Amino acid sequence: MAVALRVIPCLDVHDGRVVKGVNFTNLRDAGDPVELAAKYSADGADELTFLDISASSDGRATTREMVARCAETVFIPLTVGGGVREVSDVDLLLRAGADKVGINTGALARPGVIDEIARVFGNQVLVLSVDARREPGMPSGFGVTTHGGRRSAGVDAIEWAREACDRGVGEILLNSMDADGTTDGFDIEMLTAVRQVVDVPLIASGGAGTVEHFVEAARAGADAVLAASVFHYQSLTVAEVKDGLRTAGFEVR
Amino acid sequence: MRRVGLLDYGSGNLHSAARALSVAGADVTVSSDLAELRTLDGLVVPGVGAFAACMDSLSRSGGADLIREWAAAERPLLGICVGHQVLFDQGHEHGLVTPGIGLYEGAVVALEARRLPHMGWNTVDPGDTEILFEGLHGERFYFVHSYAAPGPVTAVRAATAEHEGSRFVAAAQRGTVSSTQFHPEKSGAAGARLIANWLRGH
Repeated sequence: MAVALRVIPCLDVHDGRVVKGVNFTNLRDAGDPVELAAKYSADGADELTFLDISASSDGRATTREMVARCAETVFIPLTVGGGVREVSDVDLLLRAGADKVGINTGALARPGVIDEIARVFGNQVLVLSVDARREPGMPSGFGVTTHGGRRSAGVDAIEWAREACDRGVGEILLNSMDADGTTDGFDIEMLTAVRQVVDVPLIASGGAGTVEHFVEAARAGADAVLAASVFHYQSLTVAEVKDGLRTAGFEVR
Repeated sequence: MRRVGLLDYGSGNLHSAARALSVAGADVTVSSDLAELRTLDGLVVPGVGAFAACMDSLSRSGGADLIREWAAAERPLLGICVGHQVLFDQGHEHGLVTPGIGLYEGAVVALEARRLPHMGWNTVDPGDTEILFEGLHGERFYFVHSYAAPGPVTAVRAATAEHEGSRFVAAAQRGTVSSTQFHPEKSGAAGARLIANWLRGH
């Protein structure tokens, strides 16, 4: 027996509500985060990820309050990302009840913050969130984006993943901005490229539409698979995804 | 046992452990006040991050002495994650050897595996730790760590788990002291049952 492949529903949170759009635009309300978290947990979710897309400090405070309410009733690991720039941001989220913290733009702006966070809290709390897409000018052909995929960070995605691991992230959440919200399948090519250079657990994100898509990501070496729309709009349940993975020969909880 | 103290020495997410204990029926007090904790029936020691950093906080807060005193008085104690690791003699990290509390023989060392941290839900072989795992055979628990005690450990009942072929101590029991490498407070219904088993066993 080995560690099970994790299935992770992702909740994009804006001012305390779950939202979902295609390629980070056309946001639609998808429900109350705490209710959804409890439902997903009951349905067999192995972990939950909240990405706070609020732009204001009030919005961030609302998210921390929401995380605290979640941690009261949902006894599976909670990862929270969005707006993390300093060690103190991580501290606030962990105190609110997060088990792991996602970092994205903050690490691109100042990579040394990864070392600082890992030194204080250990690498197991830190998830590097990478929003990447095909970018012909990059050595690997994949570039990191910011601002919900609208801007190039001017950084090679594969090189960034490698550097972040050297600095001390404990996990990588690889989100394909080409595939995000399309339900056409995970970006297997990009997933495979990142898998080849990192040894930390790798979470595949962006593009899930069918059970077979999750199986493809697992075959490409993902340790966990993450999705939002298919779960929010109930085109798939967590249990159905796990059944599909089990049938394909992967260990699931 | 009902009245349980959760030792607050500046390490980790105490809310989840406190809530999970309370859902399992305990009357929980989260405190760094050693005198207050001494008035309670059971002690839970959480811990995340590095062995050396946790031991340092435990030593400076008086928590390490409280744990030794608690075990010597044969009172019920539950260590979680790094709170389990510090009960061993030593922790080895990056070439640095840190003395632990020493209730269990042996050292906590880096897991021999390519995929680290060992993160996620894994199965546990309960071994001879029958009380903690009653009704939980075949269940998975949530682990997140890169270091562990390889085991077996002299005079300690141990449950084990395996990651990439490396077997390690997943839970331990010696006298009234119990501890888990995994996070029962994050292990859903299985974790809740384990916590209830611990409470009922004392």
